[in-house]
Amino acid sequence: MTEGTEHLVDGAASADAASRKATLWEQVVRNPSVMFGGIVLGIMVLIAVCAPFLGTMDPSDIDPAWRNKKPGTERVITADDGTQSTWTYLMGTDTLGRDTYSRVIYGAQVSLAVGLVVAMLSLAIGLVVGLVSGYIRWLDSIVMRVMDGLMAIPGILLAIALVSLADAGLVTVILAITIPEIPRVVRLVRSIVLSIREEPYVEAAISVGTRVPLILIRHVLPNTIAPLIVQGTYICASAILVEAILSFLGVGIPPETPTWGNIMAEGRILFRVFPHNILFPGIFLAITVLAVNMLGDGLRDTLDPRMRKRL
Amino acid sequence: MFGFIVQRLLATIPVLGMVAVFVFLMLRLTPGDPAAVLAGDNGTPDQIAQIRESLGLNEPLLVQLGIWLGNILQGDFGQSYFFKKDVSELILLRVEPTLALATTTLILTIVVAVPIGVLAAYRHGTWIDRSVMAFSVAGFSVPVFVLGYILIYLFAMEIDLFPVQGYKPISDGFWPFIHRLVLPSITLSVIYIALIARITRASVLEVLGEDYIRTAYAKGLKPNTVLLKHALRNAAVPIVTVIGIGIALLIGGVVVTESVYNIPGLGRLTVDAVLGRDYPTIQAIIIVFSFVYVVINLLIDLSYSLLDPRIRY
Amino acid sequence: MTDATDIKPILEIDNLTVDLPDGNDRRHAVDGVSITVGPREIVCLVGESGSGKSVTAFSVMGLLPKGQLTPSGGEIRLMGENVLTASDERLRELRGARMSMIFQEPMTALNPTMTCGDQIEEVLKTHTDDDQATRQAKIIDILEQVQLPDPPRMAASYPHQLSGGQRQRIMIAMALVLEPVLLIADEPTTALDVTTQEQILKLIKEIQRTHETAVLFITHDFGVVAEIADRVAVMQWGKVVEEGPAEAVLKRPRETYTKMLIGAVPSFTPHGRPRDSKAPVVLTTDGLSKIYGGGGFFQRAREVHAAQNVNLEIRRGETLGIVGESGSGKSTVARCIARLIDPSAGHIYLDDDDIAKASQSRLRHLRRRVQIVFQDPYRSLNPRRTVGASIVEGPMNYGMGHKEAYDRARELMSLVRLDPNALDRFPHQFSGGQRQRICIARALAMGPDLLIADEAVSALDVSVQAQVLELLDDIRRRLDLAMLFITHDLRVAAQVCDTVAVMHRGQVVEYGEAAEVFGNPQHDYTRALFAAAPGRGFDFGGGLTLAAG
Repeated sequence: MTEGTEHLVDGAASADAASRKATLWEQVVRNPSVMFGGIVLGIMVLIAVCAPFLGTMDPSDIDPAWRNKKPGTERVITADDGTQSTWTYLMGTDTLGRDTYSRVIYGAQVSLAVGLVVAMLSLAIGLVVGLVSGYIRWLDSIVMRVMDGLMAIPGILLAIALVSLADAGLVTVILAITIPEIPRVVRLVRSIVLSIREEPYVEAAISVGTRVPLILIRHVLPNTIAPLIVQGTYICASAILVEAILSFLGVGIPPETPTWGNIMAEGRILFRVFPHNILFPGIFLAITVLAVNMLGDGLRDTLDPRMRKRL
Repeated sequence: MFGFIVQRLLATIPVLGMVAVFVFLMLRLTPGDPAAVLAGDNGTPDQIAQIRESLGLNEPLLVQLGIWLGNILQGDFGQSYFFKKDVSELILLRVEPTLALATTTLILTIVVAVPIGVLAAYRHGTWIDRSVMAFSVAGFSVPVFVLGYILIYLFAMEIDLFPVQGYKPISDGFWPFIHRLVLPSITLSVIYIALIARITRASVLEVLGEDYIRTAYAKGLKPNTVLLKHALRNAAVPIVTVIGIGIALLIGGVVVTESVYNIPGLGRLTVDAVLGRDYPTIQAIIIVFSFVYVVINLLIDLSYSLLDPRIRY
Repeated sequence: MTDATDIKPILEIDNLTVDLPDGNDRRHAVDGVSITVGPREIVCLVGESGSGKSVTAFSVMGLLPKGQLTPSGGEIRLMGENVLTASDERLRELRGARMSMIFQEPMTALNPTMTCGDQIEEVLKTHTDDDQATRQAKIIDILEQVQLPDPPRMAASYPHQLSGGQRQRIMIAMALVLEPVLLIADEPTTALDVTTQEQILKLIKEIQRTHETAVLFITHDFGVVAEIADRVAVMQWGKVVEEGPAEAVLKRPRETYTKMLIGAVPSFTPHGRPRDSKAPVVLTTDGLSKIYGGGGFFQRAREVHAAQNVNLEIRRGETLGIVGESGSGKSTVARCIARLIDPSAGHIYLDDDDIAKASQSRLRHLRRRVQIVFQDPYRSLNPRRTVGASIVEGPMNYGMGHKEAYDRARELMSLVRLDPNALDRFPHQFSGGQRQRICIARALAMGPDLLIADEAVSALDVSVQAQVLELLDDIRRRLDLAMLFITHDLRVAAQVCDTVAVMHRGQVVEYGEAAEVFGNPQHDYTRALFAAAPGRGFDFGGGLTLAAG
């Protein structure tokens, strides 16, 4: 009930600031959100990388005779040499008779790749644009007008429009998701640059004759790293979601490619009878995004406590 | 105050102008003949020639931009050859369901999110706080359409509480209208509630650390009074700001939700237009949605002065 | 007054101990403190930062942050009732009614979204059954008592519409509206300008007499103590080291720590060091002006003349002090001279070069001759770089080799009396005073002709302040530097400066030799400023003796 009196403790407690600093990495690793998010995400990456070795078949193998099968259906396969083996459709099949389990496992590859690439791309572009525009006044006003315009178009809508213009494919989808994310990164970087350049230590650097590029690299850039890592995880989570939405709406990656969104799009028609085609990829998608989001929350709390109020 | 409103109104012009230029450039910078794209996959040579004429596609780029902007300002978004209608007419027909869905969602969000956010901040560090935060992370992570189908499965198929899909206009009676909006509104509001609950918690927590909260306690006020009278009022500006920014999220969600629940609104129209490569309609929708988004945020900007007496224009 | 033994004390703090959370450098924030405050008495609790004086005050109000600071021993009795064991509900009844508190920052202590009148009314609503009309009458009455002009208008105002001094008056009105027996004042004038501070101190004293309130006054400033206290308790590291009547403690301190603290308060008498009038002039400003703002499209173009037609001159080996209150433009002048901001008009001659309009490339060569030390020791060094890297940054910018630069840095560390082998440490491993020494070393590494100290000692405790001042003076003498010293503290200016410029609203209102300005101020504002300095009548012996010439 007595918030507002924390400074009383600070006065006496500053002495152990040194020991606190040293254990930052430990804090990050020990944070329960980071731990949970990291482990789950690690498992997903493993699944994506090892997809061919996880008892899967070719995810685009069509077999009309075995379409619309409920999860757990068993099938006896007779090989060319006459030996028989049993194949279990763990998650059933879709309307074309493709194995949903294999498609879900392979789907992890696309989702994670899209998340990672979009995060890296938008961070890299946003960082450069933000740093430069935060320091060069005349450029700043132009860049910020363009960013305002981009921000005024709701992200998913912009992505949908961009995808609809070009041929659907992985590269198009990645670019279409990246472009709406860039203004947010630019704004973040720019706000950090603007606040850091007011710091006395930056003024001190100016008065000892340090040139602008060096000031940016030495004094400003290091302050952007923690917030950017945090922002990057959030972008990654949202990119995975948007990719799934695009595929689900039928405007994303071509339907024969196994992505979670595509599996669900395909499962929509017969959802009332065969809900498994939406349920299984949906669960994988939700868990992956949850893991990335929790990783982001944990990183934010430990790396950049001031950012709590930013969203 | 009046000067400020005019100033803010003028400030939205470059933003909307930027949007229009983006939309214009998007089509012009893609390889291929814009007239052919606008005419759609089944466009006849006559139609293509007509578009070429009306947009002045043989003129320099800047003149084309001028012609195009002039048309938009007159409310002329061109012809949809896919739907065989005027685009502006097409959009007007689809506004009502989307507006209804967005309104119910917004109300539901504010009624749920602000109280749980305040509660989480007040009970900072307790299980209440942790559950609200857990709900919020989960809300961010469950895709709208997965949630939609789960709700349909549970409440429309397993227990027959609500209709599976569809929409009834309010002119058919209030009950059928609202009955069909319940599931879509819940679906759409979850991510929004997650967002607003989170910002409410964060801003109230921040305000609770301010000096004047300490003053309020020093006056002998009860914790509830301090929380509602002193903390929430001061936390209002960031909360309202994020409600405005969240409109973008809402618009994205509308597109998906309307597809899941088969609601004939602007979101559905967007998807149909993209699938049919109906470019005039896509352009118009982007401009309309962006316009709505910018105007709502302008109104929110203006409301700051009611919430915080320090902000006077 | 009647016989002292008959009077029951208002507040008795009896052997109070407050624990710090685990992992701190000491176990108790407050350790066995006993203080009594009698009726109609002002007791000052003095100490440097971290001494536990504020924790003691917050314990009385029951406002300590829960789970972080816990009273673990002793009693606090308010008119005989132990508040440490009182229920939450009982505490709420006492707060605002029997005991109330005013705080350091009048800017942030009032709710910005409620009118001042509503905030005072809240106290009445919480603790009394008065009807609307009675409440309004009481509010107007108390606002009159704290000498605010036009009380009804003040009651209808929001805090941001008032000045700092007016807000502190509102706080006092709010604290006293229910005639509490005890008023706790936590550094109530520290954030205020010296002339406002004088008025607020006067008001507290006056109103304390008329209301017969007991006051526990927390401060770090011995000038304020001399001005207001009946009795004094000096705290260090959570303990009371000395207690007694104000007069006795200030004039005849018994404990070494008290002696040191009082000795560190600079004297008002200028040092009277002889000036070398033949020394070459290092810096001249001619008509220096800085105008902010102007040119909004719809808003009225409001121009602020932060500095207007400032003409100054500094000779080698001399210190020029610019004194003034906040907003006087003193820092603007310093930042123009350091070319951290661009002056709007006028000339700045460094020897014969005019740097006022110098281009960036020419400026690069001139920069090394002017160096600046800032106020905030915690933000002046990049927390991610070693102090060595911060010191060598400048010389290496101008082509000095790595080894040579670090050798020089080690010499400079010795010069500022720090361990030369500490170059690879990070800023957070140093105290505020030490960081300020590092900043001085960084400035000296450039081999400047002119050193600007922009409120460089204002954030430091008085004992640390004395050491840094001494260091600055020693360096000026040894390196024969010209120094520009910006300060709001007249005592500090008196000790350090050879010449003094008094600034008010962007203009230099008085400029001359320190001895003359202090001895015989000409301008009305200067006289008002000097008269307002707390403890003016009290001679603090000038414990800080800077060696002459």
